[in-house]
Amino acid sequence: MFDDFFIRALIAGIGVALVTGPLGCFVIWRRLSYFGDTLSHSALLGITIAYSFELNIALSVFVISSLIALILIQLQKKTNLPGDALLGLLAHSSLAVGLVVIGFLTFIRFDIMGLLFGDILAVTTNDIFIIWGGGAAILIVLKLIWKPLFASTVNYELAEAEGLNPDRAKVIFTILMSAVIAISIKMVGLLLITGMLIIPAAMARNISDSPQKMVLFSVIGGILSVVLGLFSSLEFNSSSGPSIIAASLFLFILSLIKIKQSIQLKN
Amino acid sequence: MNLNSNILVKLNNVGYRENNKWLVEDVSLQVEKGKIVTLIGPNGSGKSTTAKIALGIYKNIEGNVEKYTDKVGYVPQKISIDWTLPLRVNDFMVLTENIKHDQIDEALSLTGVIHLKNKNLGNLSGGEFQRVLLARAISKKPDLLVLDEPVQGVDYTGEIALYELIKKISDTLNCGILLISHDLHTVMKATDHVVCLNGHVCCSGSPIDVARNNEYKTLFGDQASQILSVYEHKHDHEHSHEGEIKKN
Repeated sequence: MFDDFFIRALIAGIGVALVTGPLGCFVIWRRLSYFGDTLSHSALLGITIAYSFELNIALSVFVISSLIALILIQLQKKTNLPGDALLGLLAHSSLAVGLVVIGFLTFIRFDIMGLLFGDILAVTTNDIFIIWGGGAAILIVLKLIWKPLFASTVNYELAEAEGLNPDRAKVIFTILMSAVIAISIKMVGLLLITGMLIIPAAMARNISDSPQKMVLFSVIGGILSVVLGLFSSLEFNSSSGPSIIAASLFLFILSLIKIKQSIQLKN
Repeated sequence: MNLNSNILVKLNNVGYRENNKWLVEDVSLQVEKGKIVTLIGPNGSGKSTTAKIALGIYKNIEGNVEKYTDKVGYVPQKISIDWTLPLRVNDFMVLTENIKHDQIDEALSLTGVIHLKNKNLGNLSGGEFQRVLLARAISKKPDLLVLDEPVQGVDYTGEIALYELIKKISDTLNCGILLISHDLHTVMKATDHVVCLNGHVCCSGSPIDVARNNEYKTLFGDQASQILSVYEHKHDHEHSHEGEIKKN
């Protein structure tokens, strides 16, 4: 019925959506959209390093993004620059260094479009293992730090006062963000990963009245986006990343109708 | 080792500095099981800072804090919750600890807001939110309660009822309470020990001692010491939420 590569892409995409759903909620709650962008820009550097030393791409991206994230946390403590300036600094400098390194690697032919926007043809069985294995690990760790992370998202001082160690949860969450970028880069492409984190979660916010519901709807929205996106990618021969994100935008617009109704009900 | 097992938290000459300015300096106090210690003082006198030092929120402090319990309930003075979070009262109650449904209901009933259980936190009034904050702090049955202006925005009769509740909690749970108020007069009855702050400990002792203290009088004016009698009368009825009058 479908080609093997398409089935692989579906399985991989659903795996990605299961992880980006809950993490995306935290990205919205903690206002980390630009942080996600910075990490995904730095992923290009990770990819070039992977090519240079023939390493696994996901592993290399994970290590480099985590490093950039930890550098950011240090810079926030040591300098007086505002957070958005630091994010911009790291995003563009790591992107620039990544592009410079690509220039040196003339012996390798890069599929730049694939890197930026995702390529479903490139998803291998090995990638599926990385996505599902890595994804399961991410979700288990997120479950373990959920209480301190969520409590400190609501109010840092309450969490700290009642002994939940929010600082540790924050560092672990930062590393989880790097991990989710590492496993989803092949599907969605590095320019649009943040979209995959934010848009289904934003859609979910419009139709939820509790954190658990928001996480659930965010996962469902992500899966629907992947399925819709991949089918249209197949149909119109478009890149997988943009198709998935466009599908999630469509769901977001649908969720606005529900908001409009509830506002009318209140009046 | 904790030789005196009744002590829950002990501050030894603590101080905290921010941008080269001392917010509080050289404060010593201790909170014991079953006792209510009240911090009073004018605005900016370091009451909240002292509470945060006791809670371990501020890390780079002078002096040291000995803490003998991890079961802490905290009602902060200011709480800004971001409404990008969909959060109902029910979700907020289990924020830092998973407590049972009947415990949640009991705490919400005690502070008189059980009817708000499924309401969105963002839609509550100031006084209602304050009652939810207090319910959350007591529901986990902590050893140490730190209450920073816990009744702000609550109406006057509610204020008295909540202070009576706080007193009752300290008796029944045998927990220690560090209470912050800008007003000695409303907390007189409930408190065992008063520490009057003004950047440092200005005076301390039983409520009556403090009210009679000269430094307290200069800090709060003569009127403040005339409050001693105010609190002695009793209310013979109270008003329920539906507006009915209940005789006590």
